[in-house]
Amino acid sequence: MAVEFEARRRAHQWMEEVYAETPEREATFTTISGQEIKPLYTEEDRADSERDLGYPGSYPYTRGVYPSMYRGRLWTMRQFAGFGTAEETNERFHYLLDRGNKGLSTAFDMPTLMGLDSDHGRSLGEVGVEGVAIDTVDDVETLFAGIPLDEVTTSMTINAPAAIMLAFYVVAADEQGMPAERLGGTIQTDILKEYIAQKEWCFPIEPAMRLVGDMIEWSSQQMPRWHPISISGYHIREAGSTAAQELAFTLKDGFTYVEQAIERGLDVDDFAPRLSFFFNAHIDFFEEISKYRAARRIWAREMRDTYGATRPESLRMRFHTQTAGVSLTAQQPLVNIVRTTIEALAGVIGGTQSLHTNSYDEALALPTEEAVQIALRTQQVIAHESGVANTIDPLGGSYFVESLTDELERAAYEYFARIDELGGMVDAVKRNFPQREIADAAFTYQQEVDSGKRIVVGVNDYRSDDGAELPILKIDKALERKQVGRVEATKARRDSAEVERTLAELRAAAATDANLMPLIIDCARARVSEGEMIASLQQVFGTYSEAPIF
Amino acid sequence: MSPATETKQKIRVVVAKPGLDGHDRGAKIIARALRDAGMEVIYTGLHQTPEQIAETVIQEDADAVGLSVLSGAHMTLVPRVVELLKDQGVEDVVITVGGTIPADDIPELKKLGVAEVFTPGASTDEIIDFVRGAVAAR
Repeated sequence: MAVEFEARRRAHQWMEEVYAETPEREATFTTISGQEIKPLYTEEDRADSERDLGYPGSYPYTRGVYPSMYRGRLWTMRQFAGFGTAEETNERFHYLLDRGNKGLSTAFDMPTLMGLDSDHGRSLGEVGVEGVAIDTVDDVETLFAGIPLDEVTTSMTINAPAAIMLAFYVVAADEQGMPAERLGGTIQTDILKEYIAQKEWCFPIEPAMRLVGDMIEWSSQQMPRWHPISISGYHIREAGSTAAQELAFTLKDGFTYVEQAIERGLDVDDFAPRLSFFFNAHIDFFEEISKYRAARRIWAREMRDTYGATRPESLRMRFHTQTAGVSLTAQQPLVNIVRTTIEALAGVIGGTQSLHTNSYDEALALPTEEAVQIALRTQQVIAHESGVANTIDPLGGSYFVESLTDELERAAYEYFARIDELGGMVDAVKRNFPQREIADAAFTYQQEVDSGKRIVVGVNDYRSDDGAELPILKIDKALERKQVGRVEATKARRDSAEVERTLAELRAAAATDANLMPLIIDCARARVSEGEMIASLQQVFGTYSEAPIF
Repeated sequence: MSPATETKQKIRVVVAKPGLDGHDRGAKIIARALRDAGMEVIYTGLHQTPEQIAETVIQEDADAVGLSVLSGAHMTLVPRVVELLKDQGVEDVVITVGGTIPADDIPELKKLGVAEVFTPGASTDEIIDFVRGAVAAR
């Protein structure tokens, strides 16, 4: 105690007598999320290391989920890709695998994310534009043609229609002789963050949550290597949240899925090891690293103490990271390579299990192959040249990082309490609570940029005209017609009686408590399209629209 | 506020999100900034069809409409909104577009009758000033 007291006294003395005597430059010393930062962190800011840190691979996992971390195995370099039809995206997948990408990650176009077929009127102009267009199991077969599905792991970024996309994947693999139990990968499925931030939905919240539950239950039994949900803060952050909001809303979403699965009678230790997370890596380096460390600690503690999990695998928060699209600028786009490098470093030092680095041209369009290659090379330089992967949690014990980790943890628990007061996350979302918090944070940040309080290089300072003319990827308009042709061809050659039969069974089961996964798989096998399944389910479940707030 | 501006009618702006994407950070920031600048703002919410947007503009008797598109579908959706407004005889509404719009597409959008295109990095002040000026100049 005397030693602690002495340390505190000396720190205060330095602050008052030495630091206070030196002038500060004109600037705001806050994180990008608005968190005040002190000029110096000392021993007095340190966490209780015994209780809050532990060792890598042991509770509370603050320092990393595995004992050896990157000395055992590097993170998976997983670049997200998708555009045009399944054919074009399959070519991009082969391009990435040939250059050392270890896992595949599929971006779907907006109609696919919203459950609309490419030949639907509302899809016009959007087919294959922001991702790959998938309508039936035939498209998924083309998408993964020539790729050994038991050797790579695949990730699919889709939520409201996730159960349908998983069924397409399982059927496509099965028809190629690959049973579901050998498939490894992740499907995003995190519907709560759709209502909060990404806003691609098909159904009201409750039936959407039921579909998530059906999928988690089914894949827990049938697909031992599959992660049926990736609880995502990425989109919450992209929508303009602070780091603390990203942390709090994502974890609260995670706990909500855990509570639902427990209510359905699943054993927490059966499904918890399959839950994974997905976080943003924004530009505020130390804040991001602290965010990942806090996330691991909170998850482990709550899973153990609140939900009664006992297996280490249930307590370990494993996560994917993507650098912040929102931090990229259209001005002087090559500078984005620097931003992405800083962000990727934060993800790695924060202990991510896989990483996507954005390409420098993504504030302008979907990335060109050249831009994607630089993004991937950025990860390879970090992994093999920078030396940061040589030791585990290199910033553990830093007065500043430990203090910021504690602070983010405290802020997250404050949000948990506010959400609980509203009746839990589903009710909080219905009352627009997280939506409003995010919109407020986004507006505050924009005001700081507009007033010049916060400098963004090339945007509100250090402007120059050079570099505006970059070659960008243009999606050929003919691809939309090609995809419409593909779905029409599948619809023309299938057995329509089988389509009617499987769809009728799906609709009937939707009105009961039955697990819908087997019925969705039957539909997929019969070449029922995604849009047809969604429309059928909407007849039972209804649709969703949000009250526009700003 | 001077007495002259107090008696003036508030500028009515529709902020609209055509298409299927859910990127509404920009639209919401602009809606709030325009409102804070003293305008009457109607925000349509997400996933609007061009038909729904044209109808809102007409029903709300708007002076200006801001279309926020980040899905890459601007060359399909924006011309459709412009055309629908023309078909209904609405010629004096100031149409602006914001979002990830490649430089090549901007002249074409302006030729169609879009007054201005704001790309990532545009400040809210810039947009407020433009809407004020363009509405006054009609």
